[in-house]
Amino acid sequence: MKDFIIPQDDRDMGTPARTGAPVTLTIDGFEITVPEGTSVMRAAAEAGIKVPKLCATDSLEAFGSCRLCVVEIEGRRGTPASCTTPVAPGMVVHTQSSKVKKIRKGVMELYISDHPLDCLTCAANGDCELQDMAGMVGLRDVRYEPGRNHFEQRFAVGPNPEYIPKDTSNPYFTYDPAKCIVCSRCVRACEEVQGTFALTIEGRGFESRVKAGAAADDFLSSDCVSCGACVQACPTGTLQEKSVIELGTPERSVITTCAYCGVGCSFKAELNGDELVRMVPYKHGKANRGHSCVKGRFAYGYATHQDRILNPMIRETIHEPWREVSWDEALGFAAARLSGLQEKYGRRSIGVITSSRCTNEETYLVQKLARAVFRNNNTDTCARVCHSPTGYGLGQTFGTSAGTQDFDSVEHTDVVIVIGANPTDGHPVFASRLKKRLRQGAKLIVIDPRRIDLVKSAHIAASHHLQLRPGTNVAVVTALAHAIVTEGLFDEAFIRERCDWDEFLTYAEFVRDPRNSPEATELLTGVPAAELRAAARLFARGGNGAIYYGLGVTEHSQGSTTVMGIANLAMLTGNIGRKGVGVNPLRGQNNVQGSCDMGSFPHELPGYRHVKNPEVRAIFENIWGVEIDAEPGLRIPNMLDAAVDGTFKGLYCQGEDILQSDPDTKHVAAGLAAMECVIVHDLFLNETANYAHVFLPGSTFLEKDGTFTNAERRINRVRKVMAPRNGYADWEITQMLANAMGAGWTYTHPSQIMDEIAATTPSFAGVTYDLLEEKGSVQWPCNEKSPEGTPLMHVDGFVRGRGRFIVTEYVATDERSGPRFPLLLTTGRILSQYNVGAQTRRTANVVWHDQDVLEIHPHDAENRGVKDGDWVRIASRSGETTLRAQVTDRVAPGVVYTTFHHPDTQANVVTTDFSDWATNCPEYKVTAVQVGLSNGPTGWQQDYAVLAEQSRRILPAAE
Amino acid sequence: MPRPNGEPSADRISAVIADHLHLEGPLLPMLHAMQEEFGHVPQAAVDPIAAALNIGKAEVHGVISFYHDFREAPAGRHVVKICRAEACQSVGGDTLAEATLAKLGLDWHGTTRNGAVTIEPVYCLGLCACAPAAMVDGKVVGRVDEAKMATILKEAGA
Repeated sequence: MKDFIIPQDDRDMGTPARTGAPVTLTIDGFEITVPEGTSVMRAAAEAGIKVPKLCATDSLEAFGSCRLCVVEIEGRRGTPASCTTPVAPGMVVHTQSSKVKKIRKGVMELYISDHPLDCLTCAANGDCELQDMAGMVGLRDVRYEPGRNHFEQRFAVGPNPEYIPKDTSNPYFTYDPAKCIVCSRCVRACEEVQGTFALTIEGRGFESRVKAGAAADDFLSSDCVSCGACVQACPTGTLQEKSVIELGTPERSVITTCAYCGVGCSFKAELNGDELVRMVPYKHGKANRGHSCVKGRFAYGYATHQDRILNPMIRETIHEPWREVSWDEALGFAAARLSGLQEKYGRRSIGVITSSRCTNEETYLVQKLARAVFRNNNTDTCARVCHSPTGYGLGQTFGTSAGTQDFDSVEHTDVVIVIGANPTDGHPVFASRLKKRLRQGAKLIVIDPRRIDLVKSAHIAASHHLQLRPGTNVAVVTALAHAIVTEGLFDEAFIRERCDWDEFLTYAEFVRDPRNSPEATELLTGVPAAELRAAARLFARGGNGAIYYGLGVTEHSQGSTTVMGIANLAMLTGNIGRKGVGVNPLRGQNNVQGSCDMGSFPHELPGYRHVKNPEVRAIFENIWGVEIDAEPGLRIPNMLDAAVDGTFKGLYCQGEDILQSDPDTKHVAAGLAAMECVIVHDLFLNETANYAHVFLPGSTFLEKDGTFTNAERRINRVRKVMAPRNGYADWEITQMLANAMGAGWTYTHPSQIMDEIAATTPSFAGVTYDLLEEKGSVQWPCNEKSPEGTPLMHVDGFVRGRGRFIVTEYVATDERSGPRFPLLLTTGRILSQYNVGAQTRRTANVVWHDQDVLEIHPHDAENRGVKDGDWVRIASRSGETTLRAQVTDRVAPGVVYTTFHHPDTQANVVTTDFSDWATNCPEYKVTAVQVGLSNGPTGWQQDYAVLAEQSRRILPAAE
Repeated sequence: MPRPNGEPSADRISAVIADHLHLEGPLLPMLHAMQEEFGHVPQAAVDPIAAALNIGKAEVHGVISFYHDFREAPAGRHVVKICRAEACQSVGGDTLAEATLAKLGLDWHGTTRNGAVTIEPVYCLGLCACAPAAMVDGKVVGRVDEAKMATILKEAGA
């Protein structure tokens, strides 16, 4: 942690906090009481006394190598290092005796004797702990003669053999061995915090140097995942952000929330004026606890990318080029078109799609636009295509549509099931916290068709990997329950106390049925029965059991059923309502939870209350002053179907690229093309904008105030760090559109929108910006009952009363492999790219993933004559596309895998229109396909590339 | 002294790993066995060792580079180590070392062009009473002067 421009509470305490019985000691005459196990260094820091240090920082365990933090303790011999010495009752410590001061000066003199004295031109100038410590110990003179060193490129006699040039291979930071003091903080951060083990100290003695990977590696070719933990930990300019090298040290910082995945990490945006210099993970962020990943830490460059559109644009038809116009003209054009469509085709002929990337306040306004201005319920959100089954499944079983825990809970868990999720790629900061717990001895069960990194990577390995066939989640989850019930491993006391016993009996009878046994389902699922039973026993009897799941659960025709099955497993084993347990959906986008909470779904008003319910409508009707339609509106797939049928004509789509992210691209394209007014509100001319008539430029998360709600229900503040480059924050633009249609809204700050949310939505009743300012963040429900929020749900009883067991009958999807399409395609994402890639493709993250590739098992590849790197065609009954093959045994024979980050691949051309029976969440994770060699892009890809180019033409602005 | 034993193929590397996987703390025994088998620890062994022990490849590299005796490339047919510790230095060890290197035209860790001899420094062989000391293919030799060294080198074929 570099200490500068940061508030007092952000200072580095030297070593991690401990919990334990209080111990009182005296440091420099001050009495201080700290928990047992605390280091003398931290105790001194608690007392406001800073002991000089270099190798210690409070994100890492003490190491005791720099010898700068030595102190004297009365009654003890020598000068122990304060970082590695635990406190003891009655201890009397002197941090500034003449003896230790002399030692420190000597140590510092040695460090400086092998350090370039180029402070004035060093990127870390003013932000360097070595510099600070030299000052603190009063170093005035270095008496050593020039000699062997690591920093001089050449001596008079020739090149310096010890000199190693800077490694600039990582796009975001540099490693300069000449400045390294070998404190090992980076190596320890990579191991303890991130859990990647990509760094080491090579050599010994004077030859010791930090090294990424093996002998021939640089940072880019090593195992490094560019999370930035090492850069964060480095006390000098050795590991330094390239942005700081280029722009200089930042002079102010604003705490805000990352806009990538559902972990919701807190960051300090560090700036000079309105120029963002770097994003640094915030130590007191309760989701990330000071950690970050490559996306949040470094991939923010899209905010200033040249592709960003900053002026509103309109066009009569989608075949014309865009025309840049004033905001008034664009909004007037849009409002007139929408109103005209309603007059001609009826009130329900238009609708909105809210964004899981925008703030709660913005989402609330967009659904309000549909309900109060369009006067219909045609509002849906991208959560439709990811976590809608979570909302439904957990709502049915527990009574709330959200995860039960906070992320801190993972520190108390003993057995983890990860099902249909790939945390190291999708939710990297959570994955690091999970891996830390696994290294402490917790056990892991992975249920996934693919061998994800969690199955086996440095220092962690799953106890069981149930490598199921895509589409058989329900069968596997039910078989786990079968083993638990028939072997008597369930928690009867918990079930009797907390759940409906009769429903349990019905459920138990169902799962007991031999057709649900692991042996009976083995043929179907491909999971060996013995392995599955062992996993069931481990989960039921292994202590605190927690289940984490992702889109591999929800994006199936039985997505909701699997969510219920997971809830059943948790109740069956009594793993609900305390730390270390629970059911935890890992949300894909930053504000999926929030967009669902805010009433984005066509049948629910904010707070998951059905629109048919007159009392709920009355609450909003009172405040909004309009009558709300009692009829649920259209879901996204229904909107598109209705558009093709000619009854749905206009769409306002904020911050989502449905053409690329929704399944069956051709159908989406046909639906969009059939509409008469498509308004796209986004940062970039995304793929959906190819079919749009109005483009409203959006603002980034750096340019507005608001809140995001992460996967643990945590409402985090998003703070404006710079003025919107497009002129307005997104909530202002929605308000202007509403007002152009006669709404008369008068919000002047998002806090007013939050006040309205709090006034109408019981689970948000206590939320105000003042509270968020004071607490940093709160987890809903936050109301009279729990004024400071709710980290753990269902502690004393389920929200719905008694937990409900629901029978989970396995019904195979209609999407099956057969002679024409013998392989099953499943899709996912990768660490460096995010969702449709609109943001990350416009950053240097492309060095890690510049195209989507198709993972195929060597067996299937050989059958088809496919070699690693070949162009292959992948075809389903919906469509076909081409991409390059990667031959790997990560996938099982019969299964292929790809990502959907690049529009020129368009993986969703291949996916089908099957969807979850309850929520219409598309079945992205199972598509029957055939793969064959190819020599280039398909007809669709070529046609689409032409269309995309045509529809991105922009005429110069009229004078 | 370990002898180069042919090219390190993936199969042979796996076989060495498999032989030592059952041990407690198997990394060092594995590295020793690699050196025994191939005369050095091949770069190609780093990834398979890391995978087998479920550790990072950087960690394997850290261990290999920590020990001077693990070689990156095979040594000559004979290895002569000259002691450079204080006791030997005090009775002419340094001069002996310099003379030997000059005679062969080598730097430390260098191998003669005919591949016969590699010269390496060593820091104390525990033979201070008979300094200057050296070690030839694992056998210690005491009271080494230039003449004795010439004989050693001649026998080794340098």
